[in-house]
Amino acid sequence: MGETFQEGAGADFDLSQFYQIFFEEAGENLDQMEHMLLDLDLEKADDEELNGIFRCAHSIKGGAATFGFSDVAELTHQMESLLDRLRRHELQPIPQMVDVLLESADASRSLLARHQAGAQDEPPSTAHLVKRISELAAGMVPAQDAPVMAPKPQSPPPSATIAQAAPAAPSAPAGAAGPRRLQVRIGPLDRIEQADAIKELFRDIPGLGSISDLPSDDAAARLFAVETSSTDSDLLDLFAFHVAKEQVQITAVSAGPDASSSASKPVHDDLRLDSEVATGPADEAYGFFKNAPGSPGGDAAHAIQAIEPASAVTRIAPKAATEAKAGSQAQMESTTIRVAVNKVDQLINLVGELVITQAMLAQNSLGLDSAEHQQLLAGLADLDRNTRDLQESVMSIRMIPMSIVFSRFPRMLRDLANKLGKKVDLVTLGEATELDKGLVEKITDPLTHLVRNSGDHGIEMPAERLAKGKPEHGTITLSASHQGGSIVIEVKDDGKGLSREKILSKARERGMDVSDQMSDADVWQLIFAPGFSTAEVVTDVSGRGVGMDVVKRNIAALNGTVEIDSSEGFGTKVSVRLPLTLAIMDGMSVGVDEEVYILPLSSVVESFQVNPDDVNTVAQGSQLVKVRDEYMPVIALERIFQVPRLDPQKSSTIMVVVEADGNRVALLVDELLGQHQVVVKNLESNYRKVPNVSGATILGDGRVALILDIGGLVRRARH
Amino acid sequence: MQSILAVDDSPSMRKMVSFTLAGAGYHVVEAVDGQDALEKAQTHNIDLVLADQNMPRLDGIGLTRKLREDPKFKTIPILILTTESSDQMKQAGKAAGATGWLVKPFDPNRLIEVIKKVIR
Repeated sequence: MGETFQEGAGADFDLSQFYQIFFEEAGENLDQMEHMLLDLDLEKADDEELNGIFRCAHSIKGGAATFGFSDVAELTHQMESLLDRLRRHELQPIPQMVDVLLESADASRSLLARHQAGAQDEPPSTAHLVKRISELAAGMVPAQDAPVMAPKPQSPPPSATIAQAAPAAPSAPAGAAGPRRLQVRIGPLDRIEQADAIKELFRDIPGLGSISDLPSDDAAARLFAVETSSTDSDLLDLFAFHVAKEQVQITAVSAGPDASSSASKPVHDDLRLDSEVATGPADEAYGFFKNAPGSPGGDAAHAIQAIEPASAVTRIAPKAATEAKAGSQAQMESTTIRVAVNKVDQLINLVGELVITQAMLAQNSLGLDSAEHQQLLAGLADLDRNTRDLQESVMSIRMIPMSIVFSRFPRMLRDLANKLGKKVDLVTLGEATELDKGLVEKITDPLTHLVRNSGDHGIEMPAERLAKGKPEHGTITLSASHQGGSIVIEVKDDGKGLSREKILSKARERGMDVSDQMSDADVWQLIFAPGFSTAEVVTDVSGRGVGMDVVKRNIAALNGTVEIDSSEGFGTKVSVRLPLTLAIMDGMSVGVDEEVYILPLSSVVESFQVNPDDVNTVAQGSQLVKVRDEYMPVIALERIFQVPRLDPQKSSTIMVVVEADGNRVALLVDELLGQHQVVVKNLESNYRKVPNVSGATILGDGRVALILDIGGLVRRARH
Repeated sequence: MQSILAVDDSPSMRKMVSFTLAGAGYHVVEAVDGQDALEKAQTHNIDLVLADQNMPRLDGIGLTRKLREDPKFKTIPILILTTESSDQMKQAGKAAGATGWLVKPFDPNRLIEVIKKVIR
C-alpha cells in the first residue's frame, strides 16, 4: 500500500485557485437560499424546503471555512445554526427570521464580493446580525418586534424550550435544582472576541445565571467563572452559536446536586462513544471507528464481523437519510459544465472568422462555371450550411435564461412593498427565454429601474386601490418572449397609469414643443426626454420619469428600443425590444469613395438624395440640412474620417438620417451598399479606441469596415 | 493507481479534494451526491470513498449504508466529511458502517495523511 503516491506531494497547497469556483458557487447558493426564503410558507414550511435552505448555508459555511474566509464562515455558521433548529422543528419559523436571514445573505454577498475584489480594509461588521440570529435561535423575539411568535406546541422540548417571558434559558432538567459553579474554558480561538460574544450572549439571557472573567494562561483561550443551574449540554448548545463544541471545556468547581456526572472532563468526549472510537488525534479533527470495515489495523474478516454488533446501534441513529426527492440542482449539475466566459468568446470569435472565410470563398466562387466545378460548388454549399449551423450552436452557448434576471425582483419588490406599505404580487412569464449573457448583464439595471418604478409609482396604496374597485394586491407582470430576431421584455402593472394632461402640462412648463393633438404614444415618449425627470414630476405625473432618459439611453446602447403603453387608471406597460446578441448586428453598409462604413440598422431613420438648395452653411463651415421643415446638422463622413479621394469627380450626394438619444443628424455618403448581418469585432481590444467608431467587422471580400458610433457622432454634431 | 470516489455537492470542495488527491498520486472519480456516487461506484473500480455528509438526494451516511449492502463494498474504507464531530453523527456513521470521519474545514495535507492511514 502507498507505493503509488509521492511522499510529501501537495505539501504546499495554494487554495486560491479554487476561490473563483467557490465565489460562484456561494453566489448561487445565496441566490437559491434567498429564493427559497421568499417562497417559504411560514405556516406550513415543509421539511424539504427547510432542509434545502439549511443546505445552502451549510455549503457556504463549509467552503468559506475551508478557503479561509472566516467572516463569511462565521456569519453563515450563525445562519446555519438557526436553520438547523428550524429544520429540526425546535423552532417555528417567523417573519423576523426570514428578514434576518435575507439580510445576512446580503451581508454574506458583500463580504464575498470584498474577498473577490481583494479588499484589504476593515470589513463591515456583522455583529448586529450575528446577535439577532443568535437571539432568534435561542427562541427570543427581538424587543422591537411584536411578540407574535409562539413555540410550536407539539415540538419536543430539546435543549432550550421556548417561553415567551423567560426565553431560551437553557432549562435544567426537572428536579435538578440549585446553581452550580463551573469553570468554562473557551479555546483555542483564532479570534478571541468570539469568547466575548459568548459572555454577552450568556448575560443577554435572563435567568441563566452569572458569568465573569478568570485569568487565563493561554492567549488563545478564555477562562470564565459561571454560576448556573443549566446542564452542561444546554450550555454547550448555547455556546455553539459562537464556537465549536470542541472548543468548550466545562469543569465543575463546586458540585451542585447533579454536577458529579459531568465534572472535570471535556463534555464532548461522551462516555458512550469512548469505546467506539478507535484512533484519532486529541483534537478530533478525524477519527476511525473501532472494528469498522476498512479501518487501519483491523483486517477485512474482522471488519465484516464487526458490522453485526454495530448495527444494533442503528436505532439510536437519527433519521439522517434524506433520500427523498431527486434534488433538481444535483441533477442539473451533472449534465452541465462550467466554462470560463473568455473560452466561449474565443470560440465565438473563431467561428466569426470562419463565417468570414466562408463568405470570401462564396464570393470568389461566383464566377466559376457550375458544370466544370460541380463538386467544388457542392462542397461550398455544404460549407455554407454547416457554418451557419455551427455559428448558431456556438452563439447559443452564451445564451442564458431570463430567469437569472427575473429572480432578483421578488426580493426587491418584497422590500419595496414592505417599505411603502403596499401589496404587490409579481408574475413572471417566459423565464426560459434566452438572451446573450452580455445583454443580460446590461439589461438588469434598466429593468430594475422599470420594475421599481412600477412598484413605487404605478401601484397605488391598498386603500386607494380598494376605493377604485381594484383588488387590494397590485400585480406587476414581467414577461420575456422571442419575436423574430429580437427578444421583447415587458414590465406591466395594473396601477394608476400615466396622465396625459399632467405630462403635457409639465412639458409645456419646461418649454418643450408639444400640442394637444399629439398621439398618446408621442406623449408617453416625452417622459424619456433628458431632464424631464424631477422629484416634482415623480409625485405629480404618476411618478414615471425617474431617470427614464437613462433607461432609454442604456437600452439604446444595446441597439434596443423602449415603448410605453398606458391607460390612466388601468396601468402601464413598458416594452423593451433587444437584439438577441451583441456579437452579431443588423447593419447598413454605406460607401465613401473606396471605404465602406457600417451603420447599426436600428439607428437609421431614412435616406434621400440631397438637394443642394436644402443645405445651408452656417458658422465655422458647419452645415444644416432641411428635412420636412426640420433642420438637422450634416456630418460628411468624408471629412470626419479624412477619406482620400481617388476620383476627384466623385462626391457625396446621399444623406442618411440617423438618430441617437432622441437627436437626429444627417450623414453625407457616396452610396448605399446594402443591409446585412455583421459580426461585431471589438476595436478597442484589438487596436485602440477610435473616436466615432464603436467596432469593426470583416466584409465578405476580406476588407475591414468600421462600425460607426452613432451616439458619439450625434453628440459631436450637437456640441 | 488507487481510485478514490470523492462525493460532495459543493463544486469548490470537490475540486479542492480531487486536486489534492490527484497531487498525491491517486485517481479521483467525482460524484455530486450520494445517488450519483452509487452509480459511479458501480462503473468504476473504487478503492476508497470520501463522502460529504450533508448532500441533497442521498447524504454521506445514507450512501455508506447503501454501499455496505453490496458485497463489493463491504470492506473498502469509507470516510465521512462532516462539519461537526458530534456524538450523534458518530453513532450514525458507525452504525452505517463508515470507517471514520474527517472534520471540515481540513488542511489538504491532513486529508492525505488520513487517507494514507486507511487505503490499501
